[in-house]
Amino acid sequence: MKICVLVKEVPDAAVEKRMDNGSKRLDRSGEKNLNPFDTHAIEAAMQIREGGELDVEEIVAVTMGPESAFRALHKAVSLGADRSVHLSDEALAGSDVCATGYALAKVLEAESPDIVLLGQQSDDGECYTIGAVVADHLKMPSLTQVIKIDVEDGKLRCERQAEYGYDTVAVELPAVIAVGDAINEPRYPSLKAIMGAKKKPLDTKSTGDVGIDSGQVGEGGSKTQVLAVNAPPEKASGEMIEDEDTNETVEKIISWLDERKLLA
Amino acid sequence: MSILVYALHYEGEFNQNSLGAVSEGAKLAKELGGECAAVVVGGDDLTDDLCASLGRYGATKVFRGKAPEGLAQPVVDVMAKVIQDNGFRYALFGGGLLGFEIGAGLTARLNAGVTMEVTAVRAQDGGLVAERPILQDSAIVDVGYVGETGIIIGRLNAFDISEGGDGAAEVVDVDVQLEEHSTKAVMVQRGEQRGADVNIEDADILVAGGRGLGKAEGFEACEELAGALGGAVAATRAVVDAGWYPYAAQIGQTGKTVAPKLYLAAGISGAIQHKVGMQNAENIVAINKDPNAPIFEFSDLGVVGDLNKILPKLTDAVKSKKG
Repeated sequence: MKICVLVKEVPDAAVEKRMDNGSKRLDRSGEKNLNPFDTHAIEAAMQIREGGELDVEEIVAVTMGPESAFRALHKAVSLGADRSVHLSDEALAGSDVCATGYALAKVLEAESPDIVLLGQQSDDGECYTIGAVVADHLKMPSLTQVIKIDVEDGKLRCERQAEYGYDTVAVELPAVIAVGDAINEPRYPSLKAIMGAKKKPLDTKSTGDVGIDSGQVGEGGSKTQVLAVNAPPEKASGEMIEDEDTNETVEKIISWLDERKLLA
Repeated sequence: MSILVYALHYEGEFNQNSLGAVSEGAKLAKELGGECAAVVVGGDDLTDDLCASLGRYGATKVFRGKAPEGLAQPVVDVMAKVIQDNGFRYALFGGGLLGFEIGAGLTARLNAGVTMEVTAVRAQDGGLVAERPILQDSAIVDVGYVGETGIIIGRLNAFDISEGGDGAAEVVDVDVQLEEHSTKAVMVQRGEQRGADVNIEDADILVAGGRGLGKAEGFEACEELAGALGGAVAATRAVVDAGWYPYAAQIGQTGKTVAPKLYLAAGISGAIQHKVGMQNAENIVAINKDPNAPIFEFSDLGVVGDLNKILPKLTDAVKSKKG
């Protein structure tokens, strides 16, 4: 059995993110890291393998992104993946959700995984949707925002919060599951795993290698167009207090609340 | 130039975000010179009367498909058929988890553009333009669509409900053969409420706790402060999923939406999913040890400091102030 984990390289949390007004794309220069939400998906894959109910032979990290994205794959491998696949091609630049989902589905198709795992969102794009796009292309059942996975009779018994409370859903394999960050606490990679990550197999694929129709991807193949990037309406910024002397801080909060008649 | 809106229902009632989306769809369709129809998917509780009632919000037709409830992929099958047979130009969803999943599935099925977390939609040059805040709401992009179909997924509470329709909508049954993969996820249990039943929607004052409380016991300090202020305690999704506090107290995307007089956020970072459930509070006070927490961007009073030190002293001060 094979688990593929979709991962993404994103700007580091400490980097101020901005839009590039010329290309109307996210400015992705600066320090980058593995999308923190993806670490939960890798951990979920590890726990399925370690649980032993399913015979998981291989965990493969898969990404689509520019050349630099290999570093996110090294990180994914240090967290437990056995090898990785990097879909990288100039033709993919500027792909929207529709085009990205199609391209990822093609690279996954070539791997024919039994389970595809991914994080609930990327730290930069915040789209929440790639899992369901990929699943429809692969014709697999799918669930997002899953916070608990149990293996039962060869199926995945998944729990998640939906509109009306917690839902429990039994999903047959193969399947695409996006996990929420409450599902687990990802382990820290060992120094040995970090050092060894660069030696694990990493396949770099172009669009042609996995049969992607280049007319369906990139800016030209995308079905949405960013027409403008605007600043949000100005909101008066609130008062700020740095707590140095807590008695004084509390006094300030009390008088702030009192002025607004909230202590009546 | 017509718009198809998905209307989610549960136990014989339509979802508020769906009713908002139908109202919005009807308004936009009028501007485009087209019609707004709704699509509903479920079992026998989708009576003629219930479906027709969407006419009050401006739907002229309601397409009804019979399929399992609470899962996205059967709805994708129904909506794809309705769109292909009737030539809808746009599919619109109100805020909520299922809308995200269905819209995403349709994107793949129809090779259509999609925009999510949309806060406003406008008619422009004969088509629709979706406004989507990005990067923690620090910028808003205007998104237009190319191709035959465009998919718009709203943010929670983005669209107001308006009863501007002409009465009952025509109900049309849709006969659809589900795709094989759409039958391979089966609901075992739906809508389970975990933990005590608490009422936070009627409270004027809410003290809300997040991951920054450090552990489940951290909520004791919130409860004491809420007690002193005469309010109730609310929670973020992260701590509810971690089992620190009951689901009924959860604010945000998959929880409740509140607008109290005072919202005091303790150890809450202020992710968008939380913000959408409480941003209409009259006064927002945030206490967090991280000065870069996004919640300080939309709080009226922000306090950077240690909750363990501040909360107990604040509780005592409120008590002595109130006598």
